[in-house]
Amino acid sequence: MTDTAWIDAALTSARPQAVGALLRYFRNLDTAEEAFQNACLRALKSWPQNGPPRDPAGWLIMVGRNAAIDEVRRSSKQQPLPEDEAISDLGDAEAQLAERLDGSHYRDDILRLLFICCHPDLPATQQIALALRIVSGLTVKQIARAFLVSEAAMEQRITRAKARVADASVPFETPGAMERSTRFAAVAAMIYLIFNEGYSAGGDTADIRGPLCEEAIRLARLLLRLFQSEPEIMGLTALLLLQHARAAARFDADGALVLLDDQDRGLWNQKMIAEGLALIDKAMRHRRSGPYQIQAAIAALHARAARPEETDWTQIDLLYGALEIMQPSPVVTLNRAVAVSKVRGPQAALDMIEPLDQRLSNYFHFFGVRGAFLMQLGRNDEARVAFARAIALANTSAEAAHIRMHLDRLMRDGAPRDAKAGK
Amino acid sequence: MLYAILCYHDEDFVGSWTREQDAAVMQKLAVVQDGLTKQGRLGPVARLLPTTSATTLRKDDPPVVLDGPYAETKEQLLGFYIVDCNNLDEAVEVARDLGAANPGGAYEIRPVGLFQPGGSLK
Repeated sequence: MTDTAWIDAALTSARPQAVGALLRYFRNLDTAEEAFQNACLRALKSWPQNGPPRDPAGWLIMVGRNAAIDEVRRSSKQQPLPEDEAISDLGDAEAQLAERLDGSHYRDDILRLLFICCHPDLPATQQIALALRIVSGLTVKQIARAFLVSEAAMEQRITRAKARVADASVPFETPGAMERSTRFAAVAAMIYLIFNEGYSAGGDTADIRGPLCEEAIRLARLLLRLFQSEPEIMGLTALLLLQHARAAARFDADGALVLLDDQDRGLWNQKMIAEGLALIDKAMRHRRSGPYQIQAAIAALHARAARPEETDWTQIDLLYGALEIMQPSPVVTLNRAVAVSKVRGPQAALDMIEPLDQRLSNYFHFFGVRGAFLMQLGRNDEARVAFARAIALANTSAEAAHIRMHLDRLMRDGAPRDAKAGK
Repeated sequence: MLYAILCYHDEDFVGSWTREQDAAVMQKLAVVQDGLTKQGRLGPVARLLPTTSATTLRKDDPPVVLDGPYAETKEQLLGFYIVDCNNLDEAVEVARDLGAANPGGAYEIRPVGLFQPGGSLK
């Protein structure tokens, strides 16, 4: 690894803690961010010469704070400090500083940062954008690319989010115990949304949007370290790891979607699977189930099957049943129907989803799954209608291409085939 | 004399490496390890999963199971076991048995992400 790659990695990992601490000093997102940027610039100059500091976050906090105070003095035309004064005594200050940053503030600083990004006044799109900018440190350009919008539009979205946070006069005090427990759920939901933005990308944009999945996993781990005994955060982290473990197998060389049953399981990332399984194991010991844990347990059953035939669909059906009770939603029922089709056949599955057609009338997956069940039942004309509707509703070209494959097959031989439902 | 070399680093930092950066480091380490293996000097090598996957058994009376890594600094690392278990419950049970035989202190239980059993030492 080159010097700059090391420094980049160090700056990225120190970022949440450093920006969180700077926010505690300055109580203003823009000032905190600028102070951190300044500190990073100085790090890029200083670290290659002097070597990286023992505590990069501590270094960045102190230099960032000095630089910002400096900036205030300069702009108010009071005794500007010489540029390097802030840095020159760092060597002596560092040991002392590291002691002060003994981690007592660590948890609160990062929590405050996450809570601000997930402020209830902010719509989800702004929460995500703000978190990626402030906590993860992605550039506006990177975020804009990942969300397939122009840089100017993303800049505006983030500026609006910051303005709203300022208007809402977010308390910068240490979050109380009650607030912690009620608001971590909002942070978890935001992290899940970031992941889904990356996960739902088509093959053509997977390279651009895929890093969002990795960023979400990083944030989930961060949250888990703040809530070490919260089984739902273990479940969330496990869920993201297990889903992302399949990334390399989800698209073929042409960018077309490859269904779970058809994926080359040798391409699954076993390291991520191991970590995901370990976290579910840990969560289960608490005997406090929740939606993330259940979804993770479903993903784990897929991950544990070396071949598609070994998938424990009966257990998956049961888990979706539990999820339906906990978090009733037509999409959950639709997913359950796929498991039901494997266990009890396509007719039972079709019966299960028929009542959903009103509520899912604009949902791509509903018609894809419905078409597949109909095709398995040999009701080809109806299957064709369902597939045509699915194509019209497809969100990505990969989705449309996948359904077209089914349609082509129906056109070609008109006979029922071993159709595969699901996503 | 056999020596254990214990690896410490900032896991946020190591975790922020890209897959390529991680692979590059592992590659470089493999070169060193291969040399030791050829000389019959390398025993087992393990890379642990992140501390977020850790569970701690404090060997109080009665023992307490806590989520997360062992965070105290007043005790010192004195040894370790590698045990094959079907799940965390089994690992905790093993730790309890060991703890009953030797109370006081704590065991941190960490899943092993990567394990190379190593050749037989000369």
